[in-house]
Order: sequence, then C-alpha cells, then structure tokens
Amino acid sequence: MAEKKSLGKEFSKGIIKENPVLRLVLGTCPTLATSVSVTNSIGMGIAATMVLICSNIVISALRKVIPSKIRIPAYIVVIASFVTIVQMLVKAFIPALNDALGVYLPLIVVNCIILGRAEAFAGKNSVPASFLDGLGMGIGFTFALVVMATIREVFGAGTFLDGIDSLTKLFGATSFTGFTIFSEPVGLLVMAPGGFLVFGLVMALANKVAEGKGKPKAELKGCAACPMAHSCSLIDTQDSCDNTAKEEAKE
Amino acid sequence: MIAIFLTAILTENYILCQFLGICPFLGVSKKLNTAVGMSVAVIFVMALATAVTYPINQYLLVKNNLEYLQTIVFILVIAALVQFVEIVLKRFIPALYQALGIYLPLITTNCAVLGVVLLNISKEYTFAQSMINSVGAGVGFLVAMVMFAGVRERLEGCDIPKGLQGLPITLVAASLVSLSFQGFSGVVSGIFG
Repeated sequence: MAEKKSLGKEFSKGIIKENPVLRLVLGTCPTLATSVSVTNSIGMGIAATMVLICSNIVISALRKVIPSKIRIPAYIVVIASFVTIVQMLVKAFIPALNDALGVYLPLIVVNCIILGRAEAFAGKNSVPASFLDGLGMGIGFTFALVVMATIREVFGAGTFLDGIDSLTKLFGATSFTGFTIFSEPVGLLVMAPGGFLVFGLVMALANKVAEGKGKPKAELKGCAACPMAHSCSLIDTQDSCDNTAKEEAKE
Repeated sequence: MIAIFLTAILTENYILCQFLGICPFLGVSKKLNTAVGMSVAVIFVMALATAVTYPINQYLLVKNNLEYLQTIVFILVIAALVQFVEIVLKRFIPALYQALGIYLPLITTNCAVLGVVLLNISKEYTFAQSMINSVGAGVGFLVAMVMFAGVRERLEGCDIPKGLQGLPITLVAASLVSLSFQGFSGVVSGIFG
C-alpha cells in the first residue's frame, strides 16, 4: 500500500508541485517558442512527453549497465534516438505540426527537462517509478505550455484551438477547426516579446500561489538545475553557474 | 552574405526572436564579464560545429540517404567536439582555456548551437553562407547577452513588487529588450532586398 502511494506521488508531483517549467524552470526555450498557439503547444507537449516517457523507461532499465562516467553521453544517445523516432512519426502522420514546430521538434533532444529527469530521477529509480515520473513531468510540461498558449493565442491572435484539426484528424474528426474570439487582437503577444512577457507574468502568478502555501519561489538555480552540472568543470560544489563563487575564491 | 550576417544578428536574433539558448541567457547574464565570456565561447563553438557538421551532412548523410540521422549524429558530434576543444585548449593554449574553458561544457546542450546547425541545413545554405550565418548568430547572442546584462545590473537596485522579484521581472525585462529588437524587422530586407 505504501509503495502504491509513493508511486502516485511520483506521478502527481510533476504536474503542480514540481512543474518542470514553472517550478523547476527547465525547458524554457520550447515553452517560449511553441506557445504561440494551443494546437502547437499540445503537439509539442505530446511529442516531448513521448520522448520523456520512453527515455525514462530505457535509462531506468539500463541504469545498472551504464557506467557512471559516461552516463551523460549514453543518456544523450538514448534521448536522441527517441527524438528521431518521434520526429519521423510526426512527419509521417501530422505534417502540419512538423511544419509548425520546425526546428524545435529535433531540438527536443536538448530540452533540459528530459536530460534533467534522466539525470535526477531515471538514473536512480525503478522502471515503474521512472515511467510515472516521465508521464507526470510530461503532463506538467504540456499543462504549462497550454496555459501560456491559451493566453497568447486568445489575446494575441484572437482565436482558440486554431488549426486543431491537424491533430484531431488522426482520430477522424475534421469538422472542428477552432473558435474566433476577437477580431482585433493584440498582435504583440504572439510575437517574441509577448512570449517573455506572458511567461514572466505566469511565473509571477505561480510564485504567488506557491508563496501562499509557504513554498519557496521558483528560481533559476544556475548550474544546480542544469543537467550538465556534474560534468561541468566550473562547479565542483554545484553552487551556481555564473562562477561568482569561484571568482570570489580567486580574489 | 552581409544580408545573412545582419539578419542573423538583428532580425532573427537567436535569443530574442527565436528563443534559442534561453537558459544561458537567463542564467549567465547577471554579470557583464561572464556574459561576454560565455558569448565568445558560443561564437567559437557555433562556427566550429558548423564547419564540422556541414561536410558530415553533405558528404556522409545526404549521400547515403541517412538524413533522418541528423539529430542524433549532430548532437554527438557537437558533444565530442566540445570535449575535444576543451582538451586541446587546456594542453596548448592555457590562456584561452582560462578565459573560455569553464563555459564549454555548458554549451554542449545549448539549443542555440544545435539549432544553428539544423537551421543552416533547413535553409539550404552553402558552406560559406552557413559559416556566416553561424558567426552572425553567435554575434547576435553576444549582443543580446551584453545588452541584457546591462539591463539586469539596473534591476538589482530597483524596488520590485514582491511577486515579481527574481525570475518573473527578469523575463519581463527580457520582453522589453526583445521588443526593441522587433524594431529591426524589415530593416535588413529594406536595405538589401
């Protein structure tokens, strides 16, 4: 019973409490880039979740085989293989999504959420726990993307779920192609500055909510959050990326 | 050529307009000297990665119809390359290693480097154009980092509402810096088009 409970926790922690985007501040690049429309962000979320689950399972299964010295390159190979598979599937079945996501689809390979989870969780835990962790984190990532995309698409483009038929087509539904809400939207929000702005405000809100519950704020921890931290010659003590500590020590 | 260079720096700035390399942009931009060091290392690795991956793609992958292996090959090549550069610098040019070495491992998983390599291919640039685009992207990275480091130093002394302190206000500031770069859109095509 206790086992079951903790497995449930592995799943649920990624969605709110340790949301990879809003709480751990990982995977910011795809979050900003693909949250221009809800359709794109759902597509991106599903693609990244697939890679995350598969790579978590494989890495967890191989955790006793991979020597710890070369684990980062090994993880990268596993992740890159799954990214390639997902990329080929998307190209074959949802070409519209492939065009919309463009270079960000192969760039899932350097999405720090995936390498970060491999390093922080899958390399140390059992296969079922890693699967649930991957699923939870993937859903958390998708959730954060959809929240941001909803704000940006509704106010920035004046539509909601525009182009969703490219996804629902797979299940035979093509009639629904999204709503139009505003005819004169704030175009800035779908452009680059809007991405930063909405992300900043959503994160402020998430901090506010967390603060109310007495949790610490989300903060970019420099290298501590960076999956490369261990192989990085800069931080021996894993304190921070911007080498202030080392500089001060030198002086 | 000049158009590609300027486009990469201004209108398609990798950080501010295409959202590639946000992690170092937020993480390493607190101080001007670290921002510059990181950016110089990025320029260096981007140029080198392009110089190596372009022939691999052209003469190995495309020739054998293995384009689908691009992602996996490139990330491994970049990772190996960065390690190799680190070792070579450490052994032969210690002064440069002192200045750039610490940033190199961080760059392996920087999406800007893999991004520039993949974009060069999807835009079907020639070798010379790819190199120009990579260096331009790196310089654009430098420009954005330096500008943003300046903005962040100002933020340090400001009285910021509690909920916005830390990362949120940094992102809002990034939004304003990015807004200023939107002003360049059309400039390059206006001059050269």
